[in-house]
Amino acid sequence: MEELRVLHHPVLGDASEIKQVIIYFQGQPIPAIEGEPIAAALLAAGIRSFRKTVHLHEPRGVFCAIGRCTDCMMIVNGQPNVRTCVTPVEDGMKLEPQDGYGRGQEAGGEKE
Amino acid sequence: MKRCRTEIAVIGAGPAGLCAALEAQKLGAKVTLIDENAMPGGQLFKQIHKFFGSKEHMAGIRGYEIGKQLLLDLEKSDASVMLNSVAYGLFANNTIGVIQKDEHVAIQAEKIILAAGGKENYMSFPGSTLPGVMGAGAAQTMINVNRVLPGKNIVMLGSGNVGLIVAYQLMQAGANVKAIVEAAPNIGGYGVHAGKIRRAGVPILTAHTITEVYGEGQVEGVIIAALDEKWQPVPGSERAIAADTVCLAVGLNPMTELAWMAGCEFTFLPLLGGHVPLHDTNMNTTIPDVYVAGDITGVEEASSAMEEGKLAGIAAAAALGYMDAEEAEKCKNEVRSRMAALRTGLFGEKRQTAKTEQMQQMEKYQRRAGD
Repeated sequence: MEELRVLHHPVLGDASEIKQVIIYFQGQPIPAIEGEPIAAALLAAGIRSFRKTVHLHEPRGVFCAIGRCTDCMMIVNGQPNVRTCVTPVEDGMKLEPQDGYGRGQEAGGEKE
Repeated sequence: MKRCRTEIAVIGAGPAGLCAALEAQKLGAKVTLIDENAMPGGQLFKQIHKFFGSKEHMAGIRGYEIGKQLLLDLEKSDASVMLNSVAYGLFANNTIGVIQKDEHVAIQAEKIILAAGGKENYMSFPGSTLPGVMGAGAAQTMINVNRVLPGKNIVMLGSGNVGLIVAYQLMQAGANVKAIVEAAPNIGGYGVHAGKIRRAGVPILTAHTITEVYGEGQVEGVIIAALDEKWQPVPGSERAIAADTVCLAVGLNPMTELAWMAGCEFTFLPLLGGHVPLHDTNMNTTIPDVYVAGDITGVEEASSAMEEGKLAGIAAAAALGYMDAEEAEKCKNEVRSRMAALRTGLFGEKRQTAKTEQMQQMEKYQRRAGD
């Protein structure tokens, strides 16, 4: 896959030292950087569809990236409606795409 | 529920709120600064370009450097800062309802400065909800704050300064910008930004629009079409551009919820982003204890937001007696003249006209209220 992380930058310089952690998207391990928003880690891994809408079940992803639009909500560690663009990554976090309101998916994070 | 009191509560710790809090506490007022994010600074940290204006506006300094300095000043100040704290409502007796993490806090303030900022406009077309279509500001946050590209091949819709600057910054971050699409017959933003884009070989397609974004589950391409003088698509002019990301740079609107809730009088000024609260030359709204600063008063730039913040901070502290009226007027006039200087030139003048209209309506309101 193409590198989507910005490792070198003409203004910001090279990426500084970071602590890598692992998060799980639908059970699949994904490398992430501690403290970055969940949405950033998923985009870096090429994952763009975060949830399905309530009625038409259409895919949605990151839209505003500042916690306003709620298009990026997912089930995080079993909790629905988490805005992934403003929620920082933690090691071992379990992420599931949210279907509609996420009813019935609440326990998803606990399931192994 | 926890209850606490403060003299001046500032809601929003972006450029306007930070400056308001710093000025007010410098004059001796007890200040509480409230922000929903984990870190203060608002959108300053994604602005990696050098600011315009003159030296006293910190021109030539990059946005995030200004942000870092403001945060240092805040650390050294006595202002109390509440982060991860959502101010969800304004109630009777100047009480602000706040959710701090999972705790409910009621803050009673003598003066309230609303500096909630703005949010990006949306534009609807077939495919506009596909993952990969996002605000230009969202893409800017991803590349400059999180250092992640939202995609590799980008089409930008809108050639105002946000569209131009973010397109350039996407290139700096390593993306290919395939085109900037602009419905108007002319480029919307500064020529100096447009020039940099064109020199990099990116076409700016004026009198064009996006008619459709297509893709299976996410963006795979964009159909654009030329527009005639009546802004209608010219039949047969459609063509496809392969792209994985579409950025919408179609303006911003003020986040005025709290000002509505406070009962402020509003006016509709499209140039400033829509409905904006009336305010006087002290940034005081029609509600005596409520002040406003920054994009909530009408969308402009961070430079003017900072000046408005300073003005509101000085005015609120002076109203509480922390500075005598004559001295305060002198300080406020210094800020006002710097602010006026920011509202000159081709783009600034139009904003100045709109701001003047906003303040004239405030005067009319005050005259009516005085009758």
